[in-house]
Amino acid sequence: MKPAPFNYHVPRSVEEVTTLLASLENAKVLAGGQSLVPMMNFRYVIVDHIVDLAKVEGLAGISITNGRMRIGAMTRQRELEFSPEVARYCPLMREALLHVGHRQTRNRGTIGGSLAHADPAAELPTVCAAHDAVIEIVSRRGTRKIPFHEFNLAFMTTAIEPDEIVTAIELPLWASGHGYSFNEFSRRRGDFAIVGAATLIEIDPDLMVQRASLRLCGVGIGPLRITAAEAALVGKRFDRGTARAAAAAAKAITPISDIHASSDYRRHLAEVLAFRTLRDAAERCGVRI
Amino acid sequence: MAKRSISLKVNGRLYEQDVEPRLTLVDFLRNELDLTGTHVGCEHGVCGACTVLIDGRSARSCLTFAVQADGCELMTVEGLAPADGELGVLQQAFRDQHGLQCGFCTPGMLMSLTELLRDNPDPSEEEVRDVLTGNLCRCTGYAGAVAAALEAARRLRTQRGA
Repeated sequence: MKPAPFNYHVPRSVEEVTTLLASLENAKVLAGGQSLVPMMNFRYVIVDHIVDLAKVEGLAGISITNGRMRIGAMTRQRELEFSPEVARYCPLMREALLHVGHRQTRNRGTIGGSLAHADPAAELPTVCAAHDAVIEIVSRRGTRKIPFHEFNLAFMTTAIEPDEIVTAIELPLWASGHGYSFNEFSRRRGDFAIVGAATLIEIDPDLMVQRASLRLCGVGIGPLRITAAEAALVGKRFDRGTARAAAAAAKAITPISDIHASSDYRRHLAEVLAFRTLRDAAERCGVRI
Repeated sequence: MAKRSISLKVNGRLYEQDVEPRLTLVDFLRNELDLTGTHVGCEHGVCGACTVLIDGRSARSCLTFAVQADGCELMTVEGLAPADGELGVLQQAFRDQHGLQCGFCTPGMLMSLTELLRDNPDPSEEEVRDVLTGNLCRCTGYAGAVAAALEAARRLRTQRGA
């Protein structure tokens, strides 16, 4: 199928973008196009104006200051996948990226686009959730920073207003040597996850869990924090029993049922993947169970 | 909707043309430039038949509008053969190793692998398979295509060493 006709705009600065968005009716922002363009080809999305961010100055790049990694919204998934900074300071993201589409789509897909599209099974939002990322959003009205837990409002709906764009994502980094693991189950390599899990963990030399973060994707409207699992870990000695108990907490959810999997099956996957990511994350900080 | 003027290089040749913004790059290549080697499959980024190189990076040409390629350098399957009637190294390896049957997915596979072999002259079978997950093939079961990619890598290394 072919997309419906639209007007095309190629602004060069964030100011130009926000000026356009403040005045245009029924406009949509184009980042890497790997989710938006299929929807346009299917005519799920019909817009009067496309505002392409590809030529906007200063929207791409990775920098680290004061324990935070700042990623420009137009940074391509490929750049993140091959970035030494990401591999070193945010290895969870690097591992998750290997599940994001295929090399041919990661070459164009962007982190900002992935967050704005907000597919409930998408990997990058799950990583941002696990890191308690802050999303920087700009419009003519000013700049605001939203914590990730206030970003996803409903199914494929975010806090971004029609006149706003995401300009950057800030990830608070975990201490060096932290454990991390991303794992997912999908029918075919590169598909969206039926269920995915992201775990970050810090375990001290006495095997006590100092810090833990567990998020699931594919089970709700967006990345789901498993607070009970985190509570079952923090302050406890890490062993197989602790990991099992935390994973069991991940099962106490009510996931969606759809053509890909039943709610029951997703609940089963949630427990299995929570356990595997906990086990693998712990192993990466030197604790084998 | 107003047409826009774009200028881009495809396989080393400069083209300047006025296009409708909604025209996808694959339709531009096939219908405006008559470069029909790039195939249109699913038109929503899943099958990979339309894969081309945009500024050296593999991409779905059904998920890119021609206007986005303004100022870019493209390479399509037509750019692989050294001369009319001859085959490039990767193409020859596909022929020798039975890397194709119906041939519909082949242009996309060739472009994905062209990028891989340029970035990594000695890829593992695992890496080849990873890259080819982005190109659906319903005939071969991939064994021939993987063998062809590894064979082409060997031949290219020998060529360079010689």
